[in-house]
Amino acid sequence: MTTSFTGPERHDHSEHQPEPGDHGRQGSDLINLGDGHHEGSGALPERFENPGLPEHVHRLGDDDPAAAKRSERQVASLFGVSMLATLLFVISYIVVGKGEIVTLPLIGATKALHVALGVTLGISLLCIGLGAVHWAKTLMSDTEVVEERHTLRSPDEDREGTVKILTDSAESTQLTRRPLIKYSLGGALGLFVVPLGLQLVGSLGPLPHDNLGVTLWDRKLNGKGRRLMRDPENTPIRLSDVTLGSVFHVLPEGIDDVQNPQDAKVKAAVLLVSMQESDIKNAKEASWGIQGVVAYSKICTHVGCPVGLYEHTTHHLLCPCHQSTFDMTNDCEVIFGPAKRRLPQLKISVNDAGYLVADQGFQEPVGPSFWERA
Amino acid sequence: MTSDAHTGTGRPADALRGDDETSTAPKKKGGGAVGGVANWMDERTGGAKGIRYLMNKVFPDHWSFMLGEVAMYSLIILLITGTFLTFWYVPSMGETIYHGSYTPLQGQQMSEAYKSTVDISMDVRGGLLIRQIHHWAALLFLVAIMLHMFRVFFTGAFRKPREINWVIGVLLFMLAMVEGFAGYSLPDDLLSGTGIRAAQGFMLSIPVIGSYVAYFVFGGAFPGSEIIPRLFTVHVLLLPAIIMGLFAAHMILLIVHKHTQFPGPGRSDHNVVGFKLMPVYTAKAGGFFFIVFGITALISGLVTINPIWMYGPYEPTMVTAGAQPDWYMGFADGALRLSPGWWEFTLLGHTFSLNVMIGAILLIPVIFTALGVYPFLEAWITGDKREHHLLDRPRNAPTRTAIGMGFIAFYFVLFVASGNDIMAITLHLSINDITHVMQASIFILPPLVFWITKRLCMSLQRSDRDLVLHGKESGRLIRTAEGRFFEAHTPLSEHDRWRLVSYETHRPIAAPTEADSNGVGRRQIAKDKMRARLSHFYFNDRIEAITPAELAAAHHDGQAFESIESAEDGDRLEIDSDEFDHHMHGGAEELSSGHAYSHPQDQEPS
Repeated sequence: MTTSFTGPERHDHSEHQPEPGDHGRQGSDLINLGDGHHEGSGALPERFENPGLPEHVHRLGDDDPAAAKRSERQVASLFGVSMLATLLFVISYIVVGKGEIVTLPLIGATKALHVALGVTLGISLLCIGLGAVHWAKTLMSDTEVVEERHTLRSPDEDREGTVKILTDSAESTQLTRRPLIKYSLGGALGLFVVPLGLQLVGSLGPLPHDNLGVTLWDRKLNGKGRRLMRDPENTPIRLSDVTLGSVFHVLPEGIDDVQNPQDAKVKAAVLLVSMQESDIKNAKEASWGIQGVVAYSKICTHVGCPVGLYEHTTHHLLCPCHQSTFDMTNDCEVIFGPAKRRLPQLKISVNDAGYLVADQGFQEPVGPSFWERA
Repeated sequence: MTSDAHTGTGRPADALRGDDETSTAPKKKGGGAVGGVANWMDERTGGAKGIRYLMNKVFPDHWSFMLGEVAMYSLIILLITGTFLTFWYVPSMGETIYHGSYTPLQGQQMSEAYKSTVDISMDVRGGLLIRQIHHWAALLFLVAIMLHMFRVFFTGAFRKPREINWVIGVLLFMLAMVEGFAGYSLPDDLLSGTGIRAAQGFMLSIPVIGSYVAYFVFGGAFPGSEIIPRLFTVHVLLLPAIIMGLFAAHMILLIVHKHTQFPGPGRSDHNVVGFKLMPVYTAKAGGFFFIVFGITALISGLVTINPIWMYGPYEPTMVTAGAQPDWYMGFADGALRLSPGWWEFTLLGHTFSLNVMIGAILLIPVIFTALGVYPFLEAWITGDKREHHLLDRPRNAPTRTAIGMGFIAFYFVLFVASGNDIMAITLHLSINDITHVMQASIFILPPLVFWITKRLCMSLQRSDRDLVLHGKESGRLIRTAEGRFFEAHTPLSEHDRWRLVSYETHRPIAAPTEADSNGVGRRQIAKDKMRARLSHFYFNDRIEAITPAELAAAHHDGQAFESIESAEDGDRLEIDSDEFDHHMHGGAEELSSGHAYSHPQDQEPS
């Protein structure tokens, strides 16, 4: 320790009843230049001393019965308002209709019942609180009280006693002398959580296996590639329907027939966009689409939000969650934001009936990255 | 009474008799019916001792001590309203068709969780109010916890003996965040569903076990049908139980330690000055509960939060623009938005998604570990082993205050970054520019704020010193015989002065010299050197409190003018004869040559 701590002396806490005008003590006369000059050496203490509690100043209501009476009335009025508000709450609850709408300034149209209940409950509670606090501040004693602190450390006797019980116990159990018991007990206690932990963790869910890497597009329907269906109408799309500049939200054909449609949708959602074929800079992208119509996974490669915002003029796709931006003219490469990987492309073609169909599934896992992916 | 039975004058049998009587005879009760009940209880529990002790506990007054109270009361409001909500909420992802009174959703397919939440909002009388109070109270809970933590940090209230309570508080803060996330995910609406979707993405980013964690937590693929019921159990049982346990420990330690207090006359590390729990604090704190509850209810009635009926049910292929979490999760979301994509790479056939993992998985534990460790780090640097019950004024611990503010700046940048899309739209700025500025700010702002804060603290300390040395400006001008003008200064009263001079300043410890290192391991030397360096960083720049000697010296310097003033005393006494008159001389020394207050032309070259 390099610091010198003189600080407040221990006897400070016994001075909580200072006498008014107690200027005679050492600390205070030091600055009283009228008493002569101090040289700033030896005679002065290193630190100032705690002057003790200042004199208690009376409140208006302490000396003036009229002021105290006024406070009493204010407190009682607040409690009265609270009761009134509670009554209004009960009346509102019974009377106001569920569908009634009120228009309030700043807030606009809101449900009348909700506002009435909220405001009356709020006022009812608030007035109890304000009344109690006002009561405490104006009428209850405002003389500060001093409570002593005691060091938290137990007396040495207790500490030694505790240690002795522990050492005696260790002696009595012979734990130190019989390592066989010590280690086998440690092993047994260490292992007893295993069954419970195994049951919980083991039964929480199935192993992922390759589930993250496959989508419904991988599974043929009646031996043929699945058609692209409008979401949510669930109707097939003809190439001729896809006019230049249009965007389709797409799900695979037969998605409602699988066991867990929601789980399948999360991975199979696709965005179909039609661009000028000349706008497409990437050869693979052009060849996996038809006449400038391309299909990409709608699931962000960052953390899996649907990439919902498409900008027609720039052909940029923006994810609303963390603003990753993908360039649809260049195989959906990431041009901004926290995502690293391109959106996977779905290779499409036209079947005999003129409908868009996926020949094969995605060639890589869709959605967020995971350890086994690479 | 039976006192002779104990005096031993009677026969042994009488003594036995006497004991019987003593034990059966009712003790003096008094206090009417209440006293009767109290007596009945006390004879069975012995509770009067503890209750007397509690009711006599003294709490010091300060507005900042109410922040923790707000957190406690929000927690109680959450427990009350949350229990109400469980009576109507259905924690199930089973699909159902909506036929309630809210027409825009009529006939839509949705989960039972979502449907029941819409029913609470639309068809249960007063249900919306309870839901809104629950949500607003949750937001307030976390605001209050955070502000309470700022108060404790910046005043040094975490120092011995309160380190354990600080760690408990940090844990409570972290659990409250998770609890909040679990809670706002329960309605299974489009916004919160997107949040769960992202959470699954976060889990997948964990190296080696990521996909297993995700499949175990979700009971299979996302979204599955398990996550809402599981989050429900976590939200209403598991986390509340842990939070209440830690909260109880937090309160017990508060009682054991007694409350800290700000320095002031009559206050020391060995006492608490304030008001007793009974009656003043019961009225104030109890009243404050109703104030917090009342304000929460008013806000809930007037300002709609989380209108899930407008978001619609969760649909994995849909998303809302401007998707954002509740405010307390904002900083983690902001960290994700600022992480560059190139943090993801593949190595040895495996994917490392650091662009996700750092912000979503590592950030929270790292920040909270740093918070939890801080008291121990500071104690190690100062080597201070004493109990501290007097708080530091933030300016009197400049380095700590600056570290805290630097941390807040870091947090603030992340928090603001989570609204980069909203800012871009409302301010008509490029989202790319905003993000790049934030990415730079995360490195620039914290050190800058640290430096500014430290300088500000030290300036405030200097101004405190000036105030002690030279008193307050009285606004009264004095002309000397030579025609020079001064403003008289009024010295501080000893009570006012004590607030400014009572603080202690640590000094940097010396670096270990090689001579000291005989027989000391190399590791120990490295540790000592590190400690010396940190101590230098903390305490090399410091402003120490005024000592009596300094004050006396300052007054001594001013004596040149004292005689002049004394000559004028007669006049002034007539103008204002207040109690400070005999201190009046104190003002004149301000203008001695070379002093900050002197006029430039008065200064002599030194």
